[in-house]
Amino acid sequence: MTGADAILRALEAEGVEVVFGLPGGSILPLYDAMARGTTVRHVLARHEQGAGHMAEGYARASGRVGVAIATSGPGATNLVTPIADAWMDSTPLVCITGQVRSSLIGTDAFQECDITGITIPIVKHSWLVQDVEELPHVLKAAFHVARTGRCGPVLVDVPRDVQEAELDFSYPDEVSLPGWKPPRRGNSRQIAAAAQAVAAAERPILYVGGGVVNADATAELRALAETARIPVVTTLMAKGAFPESHELHAGSPGMHGPKWSNWALNKADVIVAVGARFDDRVTGKVSAFAPGALVVHLDIDAAEISKIRHADVPVVGPLKPVLAELARELGARALPGRTDAWLAQIAQWREQFPLRYGRDGGQLKPQRVLETLRDLTAGRDDVVWTTGVGQHQMWAMQYLECDRPRSFITSGGLGTMGYGVPAAIGAKAARPDATVVCVDGDGCFQMTSQELATAVLEELPIVVVIVNNGYLGMVRQWQDMFFEERFSQIHLTHAVPDYAQLARAYGAVGLTVESEEELEGALAEALACGRTAVVDCRVDPREHCFPMIPAGAAALDVIEYAPERDAEALAL
Amino acid sequence: MSARRHTISVLLENKPGALTRVTSMFARRGYNIESLAVGPTERHDVSRITLRVDCENQPLEQIEKQMHKLVNVLRVQELVPGESIERELALLKVAAPPSARAELMALGEVFNARVADLGPDSIVFELTGSPEDVDAFEELVRPHGLRELVRTGRIGLTRAARGANRSRPKVLV
Ligand SMILES: Cc1ncc(C[n+]2csc(CCOP(=O)(O)OP(=O)(O)O)c2C)c(N)n1
Ligand SMILES: [Mg+2]
Repeated sequence: MTGADAILRALEAEGVEVVFGLPGGSILPLYDAMARGTTVRHVLARHEQGAGHMAEGYARASGRVGVAIATSGPGATNLVTPIADAWMDSTPLVCITGQVRSSLIGTDAFQECDITGITIPIVKHSWLVQDVEELPHVLKAAFHVARTGRCGPVLVDVPRDVQEAELDFSYPDEVSLPGWKPPRRGNSRQIAAAAQAVAAAERPILYVGGGVVNADATAELRALAETARIPVVTTLMAKGAFPESHELHAGSPGMHGPKWSNWALNKADVIVAVGARFDDRVTGKVSAFAPGALVVHLDIDAAEISKIRHADVPVVGPLKPVLAELARELGARALPGRTDAWLAQIAQWREQFPLRYGRDGGQLKPQRVLETLRDLTAGRDDVVWTTGVGQHQMWAMQYLECDRPRSFITSGGLGTMGYGVPAAIGAKAARPDATVVCVDGDGCFQMTSQELATAVLEELPIVVVIVNNGYLGMVRQWQDMFFEERFSQIHLTHAVPDYAQLARAYGAVGLTVESEEELEGALAEALACGRTAVVDCRVDPREHCFPMIPAGAAALDVIEYAPERDAEALAL
Repeated sequence: MSARRHTISVLLENKPGALTRVTSMFARRGYNIESLAVGPTERHDVSRITLRVDCENQPLEQIEKQMHKLVNVLRVQELVPGESIERELALLKVAAPPSARAELMALGEVFNARVADLGPDSIVFELTGSPEDVDAFEELVRPHGLRELVRTGRIGLTRAARGANRSRPKVLV
């Protein structure tokens, strides 16, 4: 068979159900092989960035490796943003790119581009396949590297002549990668030391990141939290990794986390970081973060240990068995009732510092959109959320309630505008039974809205709720708060484009909401229609996202919503 | 680990692009490389890089751990002073009018520097030694007119007495 056939047979052997891509010259042999037959479904995106984010959304919703395919040159460079996104958020991704013929490499041939060179800083590993005989092993290795250890993206660049060359295909059972040895178990002595530290704590907290979801360790996490009655904060990447309705859930820490969540994390005496990386959006000013707290850090990636915050008790290993062992060790040591006072304190902060926003009775408030979505989906276990990046994303984090892992899919580390719509399409491919809702900003939506065509034509219906404030809202907020209200290049307008009409042009349902009265009906209709739908919710552009820890400030120095602002606005 | 400068020995799969991945990681993370020497080892499929790094901004441990994550990197080991041997080769072209020649030759002899080439008004010295010896020789000949200099960057191995496998990297597991 040909190299192109071998790629498909390898994908089939890996159990790949669906790939996302867009063809072009250097990848034609692979697409020709698809036309000749494969069990793998191909979803045709309208832009390779869309294909990449779809593969990410698929991976995040399913827990499996996402696959994106593009041609050489511009096709490959269009994948760079999703690759960087997957790198920052540890999303397992295999990208397959066509490359110009081997004989042309290095000659600046048409659509030649050194994509392996360009992506070196943002992939776990990459391969430029030089001989067709290498292909089976390279693909086996690519899937293996993407999903073992800390998950992340890999790239396989295949010159056109390699796709056309003949080989005797056999897919290897094992990979030989002498330099790739992710840790297989945590050190028991370290785990015992961790248990000791947590058992002795007065105010312990579990600070949980996306690593727990990647490790499929949410059940172990819950058992651990319940065993010793430890409160849990979940980062943006871990939203849903611990049920948000659980009495031990203490919200989300970070720049726009509720004040009580940041207080819980920053006033703890022992922080157990689990698959989290002390990102600056969580810690604020590192030197002022949780002063005096002892840190237990559990992670699959040794390089995260003490990278930002010194770990007093590091445990490097796969989180599933590590958390299970820690729960066992702790079960033997933890005194019942030890954390009661601490839990009561957090509950009191929660009462004292609820999320607040303006209710001046004027325009529709963006937060109302999220509250209504939350209420309309309450109790459902078949809803998957994706978001764009900006204020709407932070409101989604604040107001939506997720009780299940993989039900909230967002671009955390890279903060990629345009992620939401294609990620939703990928998530729908992974969870055809689920209602997939993208909470998007008007700015973000315009970066990848062409993928509505993909959703409609590939029959992957999604609901897009645009929190349309007519602005690059988060930028507006920063200019307002930190640049003395000098607004610069942020106005998009509410009305151009007319999002509902645009949706209809793509064959989707388009609805416009201009007042609170219309909101619930329109959202309910979109959620129930079973088709791709866009709900354009025109909201008050003046609303800022609070609370907020300014970049570089101490996490306890929160700026809160001030009702006086509303009074002022009304008086104008 | 208070010293700022460290020598790290890295065994690397001999694959296309492997060296680029290492140097790119250093650049991206803001680690400073003072010198880098790469070459073959006793195994045809493995190369060895000897790196001299300045750890002003990042602890050595973090650098080692980031290197371990690279798929082509087989082993990372610090060459601890006293437990390892470090050498460097330098070629130095020094201005040498007949009047200065004798003195330069004498200097060279003290350092075991070989005269690799001799011209009407310059000498090319070849010196192999510890990087400190090379530094010292360089300083001594500089006043005579150091016209051109090339150094390979240090290479190193752990001492014979300590056994090849002794100093496993300190990875937290
Ligand atoms: C690709 C990209 N470009 C620029 C930014 C910087 N940025 C962050 S949030 C934001 C505004 C997003 O606007 P919108 O989608 O309307 O969301 P809103 O904040 O108004 O809810 C911008 C421009 C980004 N994160 N990603
Ligand atoms: Mg907006």
